[in-house]
Amino acid sequence: MTFIDNYPKSAKIAKANFLVAFIALAIGGLFGLIQALHRTGWARNIISSAEYYTMLTGHGVLLALVFTTFFIAGLFVWGVTRSLDREPENMAFSWSWFWIMLIGTLMATVAILGGFVEGSSIRAAVLYTFYPPMQAHPLFYIGAALLIIGSWMAGADWFRSYLAWRKEHPDERIPLQTYMTLFTMLMWYVCTVGVALEVVVLLIPWSLGWVNQIDPLLPRTLFWYFGHAVVYFWLLPAYFVWYSILPKLSGGRLFSDSMARIVFIIFLILSTPVGYHHQYADPGITVGFKFYAMATTLLLLLPSLLTLFTVVASMEHGAKQRGGKGYFAWLGKLPWGEPAFAGCALAGIMFAAGGFSGIINAAMNINILVHNTIWVPGHFHLTVGTAVALTFMAISYWLVPQLTGRKLKNKTLALIQPYLWFLGMTLMSNAMHRGGLAGIPRRTAEPNYSQFDFEAVFGTISEIKWQIAIGGILLTVSLVFFLWVIFNSWFRGERADKPVDDFIPAALSGPEHAPKILDNIKLWVLLAIALVLIAYSVPLAEMVMDGLFSPGAPTIPV
Amino acid sequence: MHIHRFERFWIGVSLVAIAIFIATVVIGFSVYDLRVIGAEKTVDPQNLQETKFADPGVRKAEPGSEVDYEVYVMSRQFMFNPGTAEPITVPTDAKIRFHITSPDVLHGFEVVGTNLNTMVIPGQVATFTTRFDTPKTYGLLCNEYCGAAHHVMEGRLKVVSKSQFNEKQLVQ
Repeated sequence: MTFIDNYPKSAKIAKANFLVAFIALAIGGLFGLIQALHRTGWARNIISSAEYYTMLTGHGVLLALVFTTFFIAGLFVWGVTRSLDREPENMAFSWSWFWIMLIGTLMATVAILGGFVEGSSIRAAVLYTFYPPMQAHPLFYIGAALLIIGSWMAGADWFRSYLAWRKEHPDERIPLQTYMTLFTMLMWYVCTVGVALEVVVLLIPWSLGWVNQIDPLLPRTLFWYFGHAVVYFWLLPAYFVWYSILPKLSGGRLFSDSMARIVFIIFLILSTPVGYHHQYADPGITVGFKFYAMATTLLLLLPSLLTLFTVVASMEHGAKQRGGKGYFAWLGKLPWGEPAFAGCALAGIMFAAGGFSGIINAAMNINILVHNTIWVPGHFHLTVGTAVALTFMAISYWLVPQLTGRKLKNKTLALIQPYLWFLGMTLMSNAMHRGGLAGIPRRTAEPNYSQFDFEAVFGTISEIKWQIAIGGILLTVSLVFFLWVIFNSWFRGERADKPVDDFIPAALSGPEHAPKILDNIKLWVLLAIALVLIAYSVPLAEMVMDGLFSPGAPTIPV
Repeated sequence: MHIHRFERFWIGVSLVAIAIFIATVVIGFSVYDLRVIGAEKTVDPQNLQETKFADPGVRKAEPGSEVDYEVYVMSRQFMFNPGTAEPITVPTDAKIRFHITSPDVLHGFEVVGTNLNTMVIPGQVATFTTRFDTPKTYGLLCNEYCGAAHHVMEGRLKVVSKSQFNEKQLVQ
């Protein structure tokens, strides 16, 4: 018996979410390869430089918003169902949020892909940050709004399951996987208020032509109210995997259940009031609020450092169960030959590197050196592009068999895949960071200028380009391996009663040692709202008071 | 609640590290005068002809001003004025204040290889003060996506020695 046998309805909806996620991953990944080749000048004839920006929009939206949101929905359906031991309360409701998210995704995707059709008026080359006054087709904004509304309903679905479970279990602690799901979604509710207001109140009326000017700073600020917390919406499900599954894959048990809860509380409280750290270089926001955002950003290092401790301690425990010894020799006893473990562990290692460049980004007067350079995508291809994406891919090798009741096929290919991703990302990301130090901008089709040349701080500019192109090719090969293994296993895998060992043992220090206050959802939500109000009420009030659409810039269609 | 003594130690080390990171920024601000852009003033992006951006370029600062020169730069799809057609020319050993805005979309103003780097937002004026010690010509580029020809938006910033700086070229 595995997940699909115990919870067939949940398995079906989780699979539907994974399917959309993997299709988005395939298209977004292909776009990434073409961009790497275009930017570096290795192949400038696949698309035009104007089309580059349409492709970049597709890459960002399909990977950062669609792949992540659908994968996370599938993962949380699995986690809530198994940890509460109950399927969703109402399947019609569950399928309705899935379809709303999917319809929104299709609308936005059509708007973006319209940019490849000559003469099309349906275009959305506004990148995934869609800063006005550059204007996309209304389909793009309405689609984005539907994706977010669907995700809110998904969260409501999991709360509904929790409340129904609570009625039957009045005195039990919230099971850890449900706890992590609920806290991730609470953070998501707090932060998506910003982008929902931006899109529904400002951008949709403006794109429909009901107003003919827009104040660029206000929507940009509302976007970044959401835009950093969204990275924790991607990251926390990876933490969910690292806390609740990785210890088991290492052969051991979670080190501390209470520490996992504390980490998720800190993320709920601190994720949103950090948004200005994406606006350090913006005129129109006072330095004091930028400083407040910086302090909260750096405090967010704490939960990640705590995670590092607990996850490594759990892995050490696992390795020692497998006969590992010594201070470091135990590392060799970890199951490096298992694709799910290897992928999660390599993702964790890259996250540490991404954390270091993140500290540079967070420090506001150092950030100015790298602001909007290719350093920044170098950073987030380590975090969302590896810590999150590689964890999602790796854990799919363990989840998809449970959801389909079929064994994993092509295990060798599955094992090579995370190592290849690690290698490709090492090449691409180090080169992007160094390119940023030389001042090479991000989001640029042709970073070659006629009036000056870049000077590399380490290495040479041509070697940097070479590493970006080779890295991009290796990442694409790795992605093809992943998709092939999943496709083959999903549809042609050998049916088995127990396709993987899906038993998750209890934590070494379980919830009985966690203070009750950690499960006080209301308290932590109120604290989160208070910190957001401190950060945002005054600046937003100032921007709104001179008129919602003023100082108004004229509309510029893309 | 039980917290392992190694974990207590780790939490302590983490908090100290975070305090040090924040301190580096505070020291940068107070000792090395490393500032970031703040909120200066807003303008109506549809009426820039009534401001000094109507006649952009390098100006002598008003008498009694805390700076020596004021530079007004208009960033628009897909050029800096001045900067693209002719370089922005400023002298060494002078306090120079830049004012940058845009009449159309978001742009970036990046002097390559320096920490002169700001967003340019319609409706807002980005203002920062700097000085150059040695003559050098820097590259200038737009680092925020601003449309289909974003990648051609570039220019130069030319720093000449104070003795060679021709004040007759200033905007009056």
